[in-house]
Amino acid sequence: MRYLPHTPEDVQYMLDAIGVESFDEVIAGIPEALRKFPLDGPERIGEPDLMRHYASMQTGGDVKSSFVGAGLYRHFVPSVVDTLIQRGEFLTAYTPYQPEVAQGTLQAVFEFQTIVAELFGMDIANASLYDGASGTAEAALMALRLGKKRNRLLLSEGLHPEYRQVVETYLGSVDSTVETISLKDGRVDQGQLADALGEDVAGVIVQSPNCLGIVEDLAELGAAIHKSSAKFITVCNSPAALALLKSHGECGADIAVGEGTGIGVPPQFGGPGVGLFAVKKEYLRQMPGRLCGQAVDADGNEGYVLTLSTREQHIRREKATSNICTNQGLMALAFTVHAALLGKTGIKELATQCAQRARYLEQALASKGIMRRHSGAPYVNEFIVELGDKVEDAVRLGVQRKIAVGFDLGRWNPNWQGGLMICVNELQSKGAMDELVSLLEEVVS
Amino acid sequence: MTLWRSLKGRVGEAPLFEKGAPGRKGYVLPELDFEPMADLGLPDEILRKDDPMLPEVTEFEVVRHFTRLSQLNAAIDTMMYPLGSCTMKYNPRSCEKAARIGSFAYGHPLEPEEFHQANLRVMLELGNYLTKITGLDAVTLQPAAGAHGELCGLMMIRAALTARGDARKVVLVPDSAHGTNPATSALNGYQVKSIVSGPDGYVKAESVREAMNEDVACIMITNPNTLGIFETEIREICDIVHEGGGFVYMDGANLNALLGVAQPAGFGIDVMHINLHKTFSTPHGGGGPGAGPVACVAELEPFLPSPVVVGTPQEPRLDYDRPHSIGKLRSFHGNFGMVIRAHCFISEHGVEGLMRIGRDAILSANYLRARLKEFYKVAYETPSMHEVVFNDEKQKANGASTLDIAKRLIDFGFHPPTVYFPLVVPGALMVEPTETEPLEELNRFVVAMRAVDQEIQDSREDFKDAPRTAPARRFDEATAARKPRLRYYPKVTSAAEQ
Repeated sequence: MRYLPHTPEDVQYMLDAIGVESFDEVIAGIPEALRKFPLDGPERIGEPDLMRHYASMQTGGDVKSSFVGAGLYRHFVPSVVDTLIQRGEFLTAYTPYQPEVAQGTLQAVFEFQTIVAELFGMDIANASLYDGASGTAEAALMALRLGKKRNRLLLSEGLHPEYRQVVETYLGSVDSTVETISLKDGRVDQGQLADALGEDVAGVIVQSPNCLGIVEDLAELGAAIHKSSAKFITVCNSPAALALLKSHGECGADIAVGEGTGIGVPPQFGGPGVGLFAVKKEYLRQMPGRLCGQAVDADGNEGYVLTLSTREQHIRREKATSNICTNQGLMALAFTVHAALLGKTGIKELATQCAQRARYLEQALASKGIMRRHSGAPYVNEFIVELGDKVEDAVRLGVQRKIAVGFDLGRWNPNWQGGLMICVNELQSKGAMDELVSLLEEVVS
Repeated sequence: MTLWRSLKGRVGEAPLFEKGAPGRKGYVLPELDFEPMADLGLPDEILRKDDPMLPEVTEFEVVRHFTRLSQLNAAIDTMMYPLGSCTMKYNPRSCEKAARIGSFAYGHPLEPEEFHQANLRVMLELGNYLTKITGLDAVTLQPAAGAHGELCGLMMIRAALTARGDARKVVLVPDSAHGTNPATSALNGYQVKSIVSGPDGYVKAESVREAMNEDVACIMITNPNTLGIFETEIREICDIVHEGGGFVYMDGANLNALLGVAQPAGFGIDVMHINLHKTFSTPHGGGGPGAGPVACVAELEPFLPSPVVVGTPQEPRLDYDRPHSIGKLRSFHGNFGMVIRAHCFISEHGVEGLMRIGRDAILSANYLRARLKEFYKVAYETPSMHEVVFNDEKQKANGASTLDIAKRLIDFGFHPPTVYFPLVVPGALMVEPTETEPLEELNRFVVAMRAVDQEIQDSREDFKDAPRTAPARRFDEATAARKPRLRYYPKVTSAAEQ
C-alpha cells in the first residue's frame, strides 16, 4: 500500500522482536468484546481516479464572477505564497516546542506577530487564533477577566452575525449578559451606546468596516467607551482595509481582533482562516493563544522561542486563559508571505484599488436608478443596494448566469431585507461589473 | 536542515524587516480599466496617515528569506518526528492537491449552494465516513481543532443536561489527560475533579465509581490514553457514568491506534472529537490549522452546532433549522480545507488501508519498546498501543535528564519525542513512531537512542550542551519570559555608529 511501508516480512520481524506469536497478543489489553466491530467505508481509490473524481464533482468551476464578501474576502494570492507554504519543512513541522530545530517556524511567527501589530497599530499580537469569530469570543472572555466584577458586554449590531453567534455560544456558561447596540443609518447609534455604558460594562465590541460594509468612527467611539473604563474591542475582517483606515490602536482599542483571510489565504469555503489578535501591552498576561518571543541561545546568538506559556492549557490546565492549543500556523505563514510581498505600500494600494472599483460600480448602478442604502455613510469596497422584493430574483438570475451577485442581507436580519450587499475586489473587471449592472437592471425593471 | 554558519558562528536569517530598499515592490495589481475618481470620498478623520512598518522587497527576496527560514526547521519530511500524542505521520501530497481544486479552495460559503455542491458533498461524505469509523450516529465538522471539538462536545453535554432540567457542575478528568481537557471544562464553567490513574496506567472503574455522583456532568477520557495504554475498563466506566446520569466524552486524540482495532461506539461513549490533523494526516503546518470534528450518539444529535449537512451525496444541503443547537463555534463551516484533505486520505486508503493503520502504528511502537526497554525505563509494564512512554530513571544516576536525552537526539538527526508529558510520569519521554515510518528508520532511531544512553553511561557528557549541530543551541527561556520581546522594532543606530 502506497503510504504503509510494513511488508509481511517486516511485520514478522517486529512480532519476533516483541516476542509474540501474533498481533492479537500485542493488543491483549483490549477486551475481546471490544475488538469485534463492523467497519464499512469507501473502497480504496487511487490518486489518478480520485483527482478526476474531484474535478468532475465541481459545479462552480464556470462561475464568472462573485460579488459575495459578507465577512470573508477574496483577493488575488500570488502563486509564490502557495509555493512557499508547501515546502515540507513548514508544512510538515509541528508546533515549535523544540526551538533549536524550529527556528524557521518561530521566526516566521515572530514576523507575523510584528506585521499584525503594525497593521492594527497595537503593541503586541499573538501567533494567531482559529478565525475572527472565535477570536472575538476570546476577546469577550478576556474583557470579562480584566473587568473582574463587570459582567455586561455590549455588541454592536454591526458585528458580523456569525461572530455574534460564536460569542454567544462561548459565553453560554459564563456569568454575563450580552446586549446589542443598534445601528442608526448604518453606524453604531452613539446615543444608545452612551445610555448603555456604565460601571458594570466589561467591554464593547465594534466591527469596522461593519457587517454592512460601513466604516465606523472608531476614534469617537473609543473616547466614549473609555470614559466608562470598559474595554474597547475592535474587530476587522477585511484585512486590506487596515492599511487604509486609521489604525485600531490609534482609535484607542484595548483588544483588536481580525480575520486575515484574503491576505495569503483563499476562502476555502470558510476555513481555515487566520484569526488575528492584538492587545495593549498591559493586557499581555491575560491574552489567549501562543506567543513567540526573542531569546538568546547558549552561544549568545539571538533566536526565537515560544514564551509566556504559563498562561496556556498545557501548563495551567483549568486555570489557563483559554483552552486553545493549536494556532493556524500555516495560514499565518501564508498571511506573512503575502503581506511581505505587498510590503509597506501594497496593502493600502490594494484596498484603494478595491475601493475605486466599488465606486465605479456604485455609480454605474446609480445611473440605472439602483441606489446605495445608507448613501451618506463611508465605505471601502462593500456596499448595499436597494432591490426591494427583487433580491431573491437577482440571486436566482445570477445562478443561471453563473454570477454570484452579492449577499441577500435578509438572510441575516429581517429588518435588512431588500438589501443586496455587493463586495468588489481588485479582480472585478469593468466588464464583469457592467454585466452585473445589466443583470440587476433587468431584475428591477 | 542546511547548517550554514556565518563567520560569527550564527546560523540564521536576518529579520524580514531589515530586507529590501525603499521603492522595491513584490506585487502587481491589475490595471484600472476605467477612469478612477480623484479621491474616495472618505472623511479625513477615519483615514490612516502612516504606513505600517513592512519591508519593501521583491518577490525573489521574499522567496529567499522564507526558503532559508524553512531550512532551519525539522519536519516529518526531513526526519523521523516521534512526537508522542501528535501522530506525526507522512502527509500525502495528493491531499494538498485536492484541497486546491476549484471550489474546494476558492468557494465562498455564502455564495449560492448550487455553485458548491462538491463542497457539501465532501462534507456529507466525510461525516458519513467518520460515523462509520467511530460507530457513532452523527457528526459536525465545524470545530477548528481538537480543543475546539472538546468545547463543542462539552457544550452539547451541558445542553442535553439542561434540557433534562439537570444542572450538574463537575467534570471528571483523569490525571493523565491533555491540558486541554481541564481547560475546556473550566471554559464551560465546570469544576474539574481529577481521577488518579491506576497502578497499571489506566483508570480503574472503581475510582470512577467513587467519584461519580449526581453533580457529575461527564467524564472526559482519552482512549488509548496519553500513556499509550488502552483503557481496559472503559466499558465499565461508561456504564458507571451513565447509571449516575452523566455522559462520557472521549478525547479522540489517539484514534489512530484504534483504526481497524476497536471502535469507540463499542466502548459506550456518547461523544468524541477526532483530530483530522492526527489520524487523517492533514499537515500540522507548524502548529495548525487542524480540525476537530465531533461525533456523537443520537441522543446528543439535536445539540450539534448549526448548520449540519444533510441529504444525499447527489443532493447535499445545509440544514440551519436546528432549534436545540448549541449555536455556532466558528464562522461558516469550520476548517473545510482540512475536511477535503481528510476525505482524500480516507478515499486513498479505503477500508482496507484504514484497517491496517492501527495495527501498523501499534506494531511500530511496541517494536521500539522491545528494542529500547533494556536501555530506558518503560513507565508502565502494561502493553503499549500506538505510543510508548519511557522515563529518565536509568539515566538520572549519571546526571542526565529527559531534556538532555531529547536535545542530544537532535544531534543524531531525530526530532525529540514529547517530553515531560503526561505529567503523571516524571521525566516522561513519549514516543509515537506512527505507521508510516519504515522499519529501517525505526532501527536508526533505536541505534540513536542506544548511543545517547551509552554516552550517558560512559559519562561522556556530550549530552550536556546538546544540541551542537542544530541551527541554534539551547535558549535562555527564563529570561525570554521575564523580559518578553514579542515583535520586531527597528534598530536605533546611535550617532557614533553612523
